[in-house]
Amino acid sequence: MPANNPAEHFLSLYRTMARIRAFENAAEETSRGGVAVFGATTDTSALVRGPLHLSTGQEAVAAGVCANLARSDYLTSTHRGHGHTLAKGADTTAMMCELFGRAAGTNKGKGGSMHIADFAVGMLGANGVVAAGIPIAVGAAHSAKIRGSHAIVACFFGDGAINRGPFLEGLNWAKIFGLPVLFVCEDNRYSATTATNAMTAGQGAAARARGIGLPAETVDGNDVLAVDATARELVARIRAGSGPQFLHALTYRVKGHVSVDAAAYRDQGEVESALESDPLKLARRRLAALGVTAEHIAEVDAEAQAEIEAALAAARAAPAPGFAEAYADVQDTGTGQWH
Amino acid sequence: MALMNYAQAACEALAEAMRADARVVALGEDVGHGGIFGQYRGLQQEFGAARVIDTPISEATIMGAAVGMALTGLRPVVEMRVVDFALCAIDEIVNQAAKNRYMFGGQGRVPLVARLPIGIWSASAAQHSQSLEAWFAHIPGLVVVAPATPADNYALLAAAIACGDPVIYMEHKELWGLEGEVPPRHAAALGKARLARAGTDLTLVTWSKLVHAAVAAAEQAAQQGVSVEVIDLRSIWPWDRDMVLGSAARTGRLMVAHEAVQAAGFGAEVAATVAQELGVPVRRVGAPRIPVGYARTLEDVARISAEKLLQELMHFVRSDGRRRSIA
Repeated sequence: MPANNPAEHFLSLYRTMARIRAFENAAEETSRGGVAVFGATTDTSALVRGPLHLSTGQEAVAAGVCANLARSDYLTSTHRGHGHTLAKGADTTAMMCELFGRAAGTNKGKGGSMHIADFAVGMLGANGVVAAGIPIAVGAAHSAKIRGSHAIVACFFGDGAINRGPFLEGLNWAKIFGLPVLFVCEDNRYSATTATNAMTAGQGAAARARGIGLPAETVDGNDVLAVDATARELVARIRAGSGPQFLHALTYRVKGHVSVDAAAYRDQGEVESALESDPLKLARRRLAALGVTAEHIAEVDAEAQAEIEAALAAARAAPAPGFAEAYADVQDTGTGQWH
Repeated sequence: MALMNYAQAACEALAEAMRADARVVALGEDVGHGGIFGQYRGLQQEFGAARVIDTPISEATIMGAAVGMALTGLRPVVEMRVVDFALCAIDEIVNQAAKNRYMFGGQGRVPLVARLPIGIWSASAAQHSQSLEAWFAHIPGLVVVAPATPADNYALLAAAIACGDPVIYMEHKELWGLEGEVPPRHAAALGKARLARAGTDLTLVTWSKLVHAAVAAAEQAAQQGVSVEVIDLRSIWPWDRDMVLGSAARTGRLMVAHEAVQAAGFGAEVAATVAQELGVPVRRVGAPRIPVGYARTLEDVARISAEKLLQELMHFVRSDGRRRSIA
């Protein structure tokens, strides 16, 4: 919710973005050599192992949307979910521990980056399967309606997800049952290594949503104030009982599909021009125009950096899960019958 | 005692669960009209459309929404019509429902029951006639149940709804009209088999509709002096190793039969376990690895009849467990 002082509210959005950026920069650094893909080889000393999908350059979407959610609201995310998780209120040390595969991780080291989740803050999970969060989000909203809860659900997915069946099914379901869901298409223009545009017929995400009867707004996803303001309006409509709403946020995936993907398949000029509209850069310029000093902004950046460095230190020192944990939380019925 | 058919027994179990617990809901195609097999008859009238939820033909979202519901405090019973259609929701079953608890470090539970009827449904051919229980038994996180009688459909559905794990509940497409006594407060535990018939010469393990053919074959074998013990496995995962191993140790022979394709069927798991643990001779009987054809002649090739079971078990006993010659 906007604070009384617009600069203060803007700064809080900026702080969230800076924390996400610092978190992902640190994760990227500690993941070098951690995954064999796109020709890269593995280095067994890497602390963050496996595919690491970075949302660098997309932070305004997570920050702007989640600023309008309560802790009791739910969120479903994608394989690129660090930003959503952090912005929803997860603890960065527990998150970093998860990326490091530690017992103290949000998922006890069982999920890693791609499946990060923090149910305690309503974050019902990243997901390794494109569009798989959509039906789950719809079900959580349906449940809220049945239980008479006031919780709403923010359902994040990428531009690639609109070409999967659950997108159609989930939007249709949310509409016919009038469910409290904010669908957020975080459009970073790429489906793994392929430009989504070349793979998508028609007028894109918002047009498809409107075709199913959902009010849809398209917004500059790098402009955190625009995302915040639009999300605020859509969330207000949902809370007022107007049913599902759709937010199409146009942003850009600055990094490759995973951290080791150099993304050589795209034009360097395209990347450079995208970097010009980096959401943090844009926000700093506008904060300055509002009279926020460079020192103040640098202080926020330094705080974010210090928080993440503390998270890194804690994650480095934390123990790995014990072998017995491999058998925990599989299922209750038949536990012990492993063969 | 109450006489009920298999569909009514399930309906009664679900109605009792819904009366006792407001968190229990049912969702799927046509449930408001009682379901295509009558297994939801009257439930929407009693509990309303908010709890007995008619859905679009959107299998992925029916199952995925149930996962979201289960994570947030409901206990959904999911109608998938037939197992063949649940293949449109395989990601939601295998990657979402089954993995959620483990992958997220035990933060959530997915207490849902997914009803995926199996078996040959006469004259419905290849896409409505599969028995895919082995697929789901293969997935850590899932419980797999296949009731054979009205009494067990009542008791096991109640147990499945009460269970905190995702349960793949596999009724049989041709058992809905089967009548039987359902004792009051009849209960059955998941993972426990049922001794359908006692015997001393051979243990025959089976489940679902084939239990009835197995018992019929055993009666005929008895007339020929062969005493067959029939075990209705009831739960495919976890399966009742104790009862099966105990019986096979006594009889000295194990045969396992199922309507599913024999190759890579769950019978292979049971047979291999018994052979490994006891060293007794084992035999498998299952369908040939062909799709189920429409014409009666073709459909019959895919069916396992009581006659076929009798022939197989008599041959097994008479060959005294030694490698049999190829007919």
